[in-house]
Amino acid sequence: MARKNTARKEKDYDDIPGTIVFDAERSRQGFGINMFCMSLMKDENREAFKANEAEYLKRFNLTPEQEAAILKRDYNRMLELGGNIYFTAKLGATDGHSFRHLAAVMTGSTQEDYAAMMLAGGRSAEGNRSKTGRKTKSMLIASAKAKAGKQKSSKTKSSKSKPKSRSKARSNRG
Amino acid sequence: MARIIAGVASSHVPAIGAAIDNKQTEEPYWKRVFSGFEKSKEWMEKTKPDVAIVVYNDHASAFSVEMVPTFALGCAAEFPPADEGWGPRPVPVVQGHPELASHIAQSVILDEFDLTICNKMEVDHGLTVPMNLLFGSPEEWPCPVIPLAVNVVLYPPPTGHRCYMLGKAIRKAVESYPEDLRVVIFGTGGMSHQISGPRAGLINSKFDKAFLDNLTKDPKKLTRISHLEFMREAGAEGIEMVMWLIMRGALDDKVEETYRFYTVPASNTAVGHIILEPKRRAAGKTQRAAGKARTAGKRPVSKRPTKMKRAAARTKTFVRRSK
Repeated sequence: MARKNTARKEKDYDDIPGTIVFDAERSRQGFGINMFCMSLMKDENREAFKANEAEYLKRFNLTPEQEAAILKRDYNRMLELGGNIYFTAKLGATDGHSFRHLAAVMTGSTQEDYAAMMLAGGRSAEGNRSKTGRKTKSMLIASAKAKAGKQKSSKTKSSKSKPKSRSKARSNRG
Repeated sequence: MARIIAGVASSHVPAIGAAIDNKQTEEPYWKRVFSGFEKSKEWMEKTKPDVAIVVYNDHASAFSVEMVPTFALGCAAEFPPADEGWGPRPVPVVQGHPELASHIAQSVILDEFDLTICNKMEVDHGLTVPMNLLFGSPEEWPCPVIPLAVNVVLYPPPTGHRCYMLGKAIRKAVESYPEDLRVVIFGTGGMSHQISGPRAGLINSKFDKAFLDNLTKDPKKLTRISHLEFMREAGAEGIEMVMWLIMRGALDDKVEETYRFYTVPASNTAVGHIILEPKRRAAGKTQRAAGKARTAGKRPVSKRPTKMKRAAARTKTFVRRSK
């Protein structure tokens, strides 16, 4: 499993810190984790899981690492091994935990601190955009700044781009 | 002729649904969120659409990882609320509009948007929370709903541009439906939020505000936002905002912002909401009267053909020629 992990090709979004993007590769790798979580939508399965967790997990063709992450409730590790948050949240719910609890666990914070951070406007994007510290540009925000007070020029620009995008759409059809 | 009379965008945070279901809407934390939708409910009450198309995403309720359709259109007669692990939400069963839905499916598929058709589907908070925010909590939903589920869970979701163009194809489909129906289209999800991994809790109000501004000002710019930018700036789950662009694509090129609301946070998410209407609808009385005079004797809905329609007509010719 570990070998497969290192074989993973670098993606542009791997540069976003603290973010594990659920892509097709991870979805294939984490199929068992997510199907296990999905099974917890049924009451009888929740009971069977609670009665003997390790035994129940044998139904899902998991790797030892995946099993360990689930048993330890290591939510970040589950994401790294192909779990998706909408699925792993069902495991949280089975344990009786709110989403805020899971978010606090994943961010290494207490529920109170996490809630306080959210109330204060959330985690800032400043300093949280790139692992490598590369200069990242937001096309949307940058152009909003540049165009402030220049609405006229933006108008002419947008009307110019209309026929362009149309012809592009047309050529796609041909 | 059916027509799209307005577009609505709204976040669909599950905790908002839980607050409604647990009757916590009067608590100060939640009142801040719900008070922002009071005017919208009044607007909706007045607007009284005949049908709502709701663009939303499923959260591991109707679709697990076994099958992940990029665009799935609900063509069933009804859509029961899904059990998301705590029992189904106590909201009415959503009534569909199978005739219009299958008409849309046929039209947009022939326009080269390969939809998945769902003749049986449960709907989760992604659809029912925005409905609560705009329609309140009635015994029965006031109009039939056509759900359009978009994959934004498994990367990559469709691009913003693809979504915008699908919106245009949906509009063309609606306008070729013979019955006079007034349709409102919802784009849901967003705004900035990340609920997974160590960066969970990310909010970017600057990005959100620019997004809201450009929905009216320059939606084409929004179609150029890359997935990387969405995730970096607005959080891994902020990418849901591509769904708003389906709504936007279905409207006139020029629209007016009727109402906007933005607050941080609801649970982990920045709540954004906007109502957009075509300019001609909000135009002054003189213009409307002139329009009436021009179309005297004809059906009142057909005013001058919009740029969009002319474009759609051109596209049609082209498709025919290419075959």
